[in-house]
Amino acid sequence: MKLPLKGLTVLEFSQYMAGPYAGLRLADLGARVIKIERPKYGDACRQLVTKNMKAGGDSVLFHTVNRNKESFQANLKDPQDLALVKKLILQADVITHNFRPGIMDRLGLDYETVKTLNPKLIYAEVSGYGTQGPWRDKPGQDLLAQAMSGLTWLSGNSGDDPIPFGAAVADMVCGSNLAQAILACLIRKRKTGKGAKIEVNLITSILDFQFEGLTAYINNPELKPRRSSIANAHAYLGAPYGIYSTQNGYLAIAMGSLSTLARLIDCNALADFDQDNLYFSKRDEAKALIAEVIAKNTSQHWLDILEPAGYWCSDVYDYHSLTQSSGYKALDMEMTITRGEDVNLRTTRCPIRLNAERIFSERAAPVLGSANVHITKEFGL
Amino acid sequence: MIHPLEGYTVLDFTQLLSGPCASLRLADLGARVIKLEHHEKGDLSRTLYGESIDLCGDSAFFQAINRNKESIAIDLKSKTGKAWVRELVAKVDIVVHNFRPGVMERLGFDYASLKLLNSDIVYGCISGYGQDGPWSTKSGQDLLVQALSGFVWQSGNDKHGPLPVGLALADMFAGSQLVQGILATLVSGESGSVEVSMLEAMLDFQFEPLTLYYQDSESVERGKVNGAHPLVGAPYGLYKTSSGYLVLAMGSIIKLGDLLENDQLLSYSDPKQWYPKRDEIKQILSDQLATASSQHWLDILEPADIWCAEVLDWKHMLEHDGFKVLDMLQTVRCGNGQTYTTTSCPIRIDGELFKSPQGAPLLGQHNASLEQEFSLGSV
Repeated sequence: MKLPLKGLTVLEFSQYMAGPYAGLRLADLGARVIKIERPKYGDACRQLVTKNMKAGGDSVLFHTVNRNKESFQANLKDPQDLALVKKLILQADVITHNFRPGIMDRLGLDYETVKTLNPKLIYAEVSGYGTQGPWRDKPGQDLLAQAMSGLTWLSGNSGDDPIPFGAAVADMVCGSNLAQAILACLIRKRKTGKGAKIEVNLITSILDFQFEGLTAYINNPELKPRRSSIANAHAYLGAPYGIYSTQNGYLAIAMGSLSTLARLIDCNALADFDQDNLYFSKRDEAKALIAEVIAKNTSQHWLDILEPAGYWCSDVYDYHSLTQSSGYKALDMEMTITRGEDVNLRTTRCPIRLNAERIFSERAAPVLGSANVHITKEFGL
Repeated sequence: MIHPLEGYTVLDFTQLLSGPCASLRLADLGARVIKLEHHEKGDLSRTLYGESIDLCGDSAFFQAINRNKESIAIDLKSKTGKAWVRELVAKVDIVVHNFRPGVMERLGFDYASLKLLNSDIVYGCISGYGQDGPWSTKSGQDLLVQALSGFVWQSGNDKHGPLPVGLALADMFAGSQLVQGILATLVSGESGSVEVSMLEAMLDFQFEPLTLYYQDSESVERGKVNGAHPLVGAPYGLYKTSSGYLVLAMGSIIKLGDLLENDQLLSYSDPKQWYPKRDEIKQILSDQLATASSQHWLDILEPADIWCAEVLDWKHMLEHDGFKVLDMLQTVRCGNGQTYTTTSCPIRIDGELFKSPQGAPLLGQHNASLEQEFSLGSV
């Protein structure tokens, strides 16, 4: 398959998650992504080991985010190395970085300077909280951004403490915004020849992610996000929306008419909540009725009743049941990435299909500095 | 300032959230978005999603998702409606839809058919679980996709059971992937079709824990105390204080023990223990942090570069100078003339934020102007 970003070169000064996740997506879509890494350690994510899992000396996490990239090692504090990197920038289409405010300026790699070297360059910057104001110097870390954004008050039941997302959601949505901005500016460059400076940050990314609820709340401060006391799954949605225990597992039920549900699960009292917005204003009571009935039978029993009736519901899977399911297998979502003898890992592929084809790539993350020799030659450094 | 997508037009068949949040982003980046709505019911999110919260005559969610777009009401089953779509397709750059698999084919608006009308067209679609396969006919609804994707076992503590996150993550993340696929195709300058499913987007979102699972097939354990990420050791978590809550991200237990003068913490001198013994360590931290206010602890921890923050709710976040300086809000005027305040695009280009005063449209608000501009007549 001819990938749409073929021929474009991205220099990735970014480390950890947000910037490299954007780089990964650009690589998936055909761009050549060269990580610019400091000698000896490289991207700090190489040593961010979870569950003690490493491959070829690097964390499995690093491989997950940095597959399909090359690595050029350079000490940006060394004038000679810096000169080489500047020559690379001359020939690049995009650079990304997530250094703290001020660092690129000290290296002479700030946008104003770099623009004079390469006016067509797309220069993309990731920060935690923007470049001004009292949060400017706070660590740009995912859990901190979640906590400061208000996000932790949306999940769990009203009796729970606030609950963060158990995933680096601010990093991931910020990385997605970064990729989108870069692509949009590449389109503009195609038309106008103009480069661009892009800035994204964790906090506005995770706030944008809450735009629906925030819009409801800002225009009516009485509408504080309230989690339901039982089976909460969304502060602003009424019953039945939530996950319920069954005799042998769990059942997710999305939005739908309560009188229909009352009939299907044989719970007449529930039908009363279908009027005057009671399914929202008294959702805790309605959900308690649903929970009581659903607990009395198996997940399959309820699926067999609700699914044929077109009621929005599903089983609840963990990774075992998910990966064994026919629906998962049909996606063909996994692929193996390799690096010589020392890395052989299963991971996920790009979630985007182009012209009805899936995008696979078998190249694992690079050894630190493994592209120095050929890049030096190829780019005439 | 030239908006990067200036000059591009999107014909948007999508409704609810996954597709409309993608077209919102395209609009914010400069594209013109023509929202094609069911001639009587309109976008379902006007009445069926967040409908308990009214804002200027539609659901607040609809208003947030559909600002900066034009609306044309079309009966897709009528001859005239079909003819209008063909006229529009011939003149736009991008078509997006999130109908269930097979619907666009039956209408005669699949990619191959539209490409005959416009050889440059970029065609994007979002489904729940893919265009084919055994789940393709299931309803692609956010909570259901969260439940099937395994993600409900990532947040909270083990005692919580499956815990969905309280916003439409699968919808928005799928929409975001669609934007990337569409923009990449536009970069190439060639026609193409881009497909994203909510389930694949949620699997990509979990690429870190799934890749680990593929290696060891072990169940996810969130831990018993202050769960904030199943894969990260102590002190990572959210803690109750005497005045509220704070979070601690990755950091050294030894350094924390020193700063908090806590000998119990100091006994965990081997960093290799911080993951397997995370429950014990976090319990010790919880007990101590509960004894004083958030500010008391932040005053000790922040100057020492410990990664920590106070947990804010929307009220306190919105009042904070750190938020205000982001300049993220904007006031827009919707179709009925009323105004509301909402968030703006989180991307800054060449130093500028993109705002637009145009709120969400009324159903069919732009029929007359679009009929004239695109010469749409009755058939």
